[in-house]
Amino acid sequence: MTTHSPTRDITASPEFRLLVIAVLVFGLMSVLSPDRFLSAQNLTSMAFQFPEFAILALAMTITMMTGGIDLSVVGIANLSAVAAALILTQFSDPSMPASQSAAWLAFAVTAAMSIGAVAGLLNGALVAFFGLPPILATLGSGLVFTGFAIAMTGGSAVMGFPDTVALIGNSQIFGVPVPLILFAVLAILLHLILTRTAFGLRVTMYGANPVAALYAAIDINRMLLKVYVISGMFSSVAGLIIMSRANSAKADYGSSYLLLAVLIAVLGGVNPYGGYGRVIGVILAVLSMQFLSSGLNMLQVSNFARELIWGVLLILVMVMNTHAVAALRESFAKSPK
Amino acid sequence: MNDWFPKDFWTRNETLVAGVIVLFCIIATISDPRFFTITTVSDLLRASIVIGILAVGAMLVLVSGGIDVSFTAIAVFAMYSSSVLFLTIWPGAPWPLIFAMSVVFGAMLGAINGFFIAFLGLPTLIVTLGTLSVFRGFLLTFIGSQRISDLPPAMRDFSRGVLARGTTEAGNFYSIPWAALALLFVILLTWLILKKTMLGRSIYAIGGSVESARRIGINVKWTQFFVYVYVGALAGLAGIIHGSVGRMADPFSLVGLELSVIAAVVLGGARLIGGYGTLTGTLLGVALIVIVQNSLIVIGIPTTWQSVTIGILILLGTGVPAYRAKRAAARAG
Repeated sequence: MTTHSPTRDITASPEFRLLVIAVLVFGLMSVLSPDRFLSAQNLTSMAFQFPEFAILALAMTITMMTGGIDLSVVGIANLSAVAAALILTQFSDPSMPASQSAAWLAFAVTAAMSIGAVAGLLNGALVAFFGLPPILATLGSGLVFTGFAIAMTGGSAVMGFPDTVALIGNSQIFGVPVPLILFAVLAILLHLILTRTAFGLRVTMYGANPVAALYAAIDINRMLLKVYVISGMFSSVAGLIIMSRANSAKADYGSSYLLLAVLIAVLGGVNPYGGYGRVIGVILAVLSMQFLSSGLNMLQVSNFARELIWGVLLILVMVMNTHAVAALRESFAKSPK
Repeated sequence: MNDWFPKDFWTRNETLVAGVIVLFCIIATISDPRFFTITTVSDLLRASIVIGILAVGAMLVLVSGGIDVSFTAIAVFAMYSSSVLFLTIWPGAPWPLIFAMSVVFGAMLGAINGFFIAFLGLPTLIVTLGTLSVFRGFLLTFIGSQRISDLPPAMRDFSRGVLARGTTEAGNFYSIPWAALALLFVILLTWLILKKTMLGRSIYAIGGSVESARRIGINVKWTQFFVYVYVGALAGLAGIIHGSVGRMADPFSLVGLELSVIAAVVLGGARLIGGYGTLTGTLLGVALIVIVQNSLIVIGIPTTWQSVTIGILILLGTGVPAYRAKRAAARAG
């Protein structure tokens, strides 16, 4: 790469490739089953479906930016949801006036978010202060969080919420599904954090080169704590959406979302070794996955085949991205110093 | 310093884990004297065979500096497809043939992991997460998603074979199945590879530092490739044993167990950054996880707390050495 024309840079980015993939998948599905895929009903139902795992993917993204990973996102989501569900079923009942049950709902949401923050703080402390590799720290803590959710519920689902709970996951504001709004808010928030704040710069720097970040006098421990707290709080929002949509909470909901979250983040061009990642890439990856998933569903392809296709897609994109990186390195090595 | 009593004996993970096991057994025996019987021991041994074989494989991957989460999918894929294959073409086949087929299937799937990791240089966690869903998805879509309980008769014969059986004075039945020999064989073979061959040293060397290993002339790619093929083969063996002993080819079993197996290995002192891990530690880790999974209730902890207990054990078992290493590095730096 000797010349740097701006158009070339845009087409060479992983985000551009993803945009092409997303448009292709959308086009393909529209052609294969036009009346069903393009129906308003399908488009709305897609908008309700993807935010729950897309938010988990955002949580995964910020930890991957530091070269870490958060395998406990689903555990945190379920623990938060179970805690919120227990508060709602213990203290409020369907016969309550709406304002009172809305107050309890606000309390339950706050409790769930606090649990997410504390769980994230624990992950961050394990990674930052105890020097545990993020895979192990979050693997172990994920088991602990899931375990607490099992112990609190005895392993069964918690249900019987007041109607107000449906506000989070099943309602629309001006025709836009609330989960989609929540996802959009969190995505914009994460984008601003990563690109407009000093903290975001530190995260990117540390992920790109931890040693350089250390010599640049960055307080790495503080930064890591914040990263995992953000990841934990995002996870608890996803947990609340899952709870509202399922109208119940259980310790093992969404167990397939862990792989999906990693898959989406990597597909979205986030470098699992840290240092590179864009929210727009993650959004495009989510959209491609959801188009593919809904489309395959309409073509009556089984869930198992969908799992197969996701796995193939993950490896394929990794191969494409890694070879792009390798080619880039080669071109740098050839250029005169 | 000799092999039997190393200088760092008191600070090793193995000692820590062994201590926890002994402590657990003492508490269990005090709360229920029937715990410490040959029946319990043979039950625990039976429960450890499949996990033990899988753990030896997972340990080898960790030593080489990688991580594999797809081995449970490989195990169930190899077990199910070799069972289906022999049911269709030759139901009367002897069990060693069926077992060999499963091992070959496992090695082939391991080779797929090895190809992406060794030759394309992709991150091990992402590749194996991907292949985990590919293998599982392929199995359930194209080979079958039904449980099969009428397996080839030879597999049933294998599950009946025992090394020792008997009845205790209290009237409790115990038996040690042939499968225990398979675990022993895997341990011996892996010990030979790791301690007595250049290949084994290469695996430790790569885990220590890929670049240094390359500079002293080790063929990094083929060594990595071997590791994933070997792990796949072990998974195939573990899978077919699991199917035979359980007398059922269940395509939904085993997957989900991978994190417990890795937990057992890490508890035994293998490090995620590679270059360190022992068979003794791995087996102690397996023993601890199996005991916790099977006997928590004996010491009065409800089974609903099982995940919390194992999670905390992992965090302690890996956190203490990691913290110690961090402190040591800070002092040295």
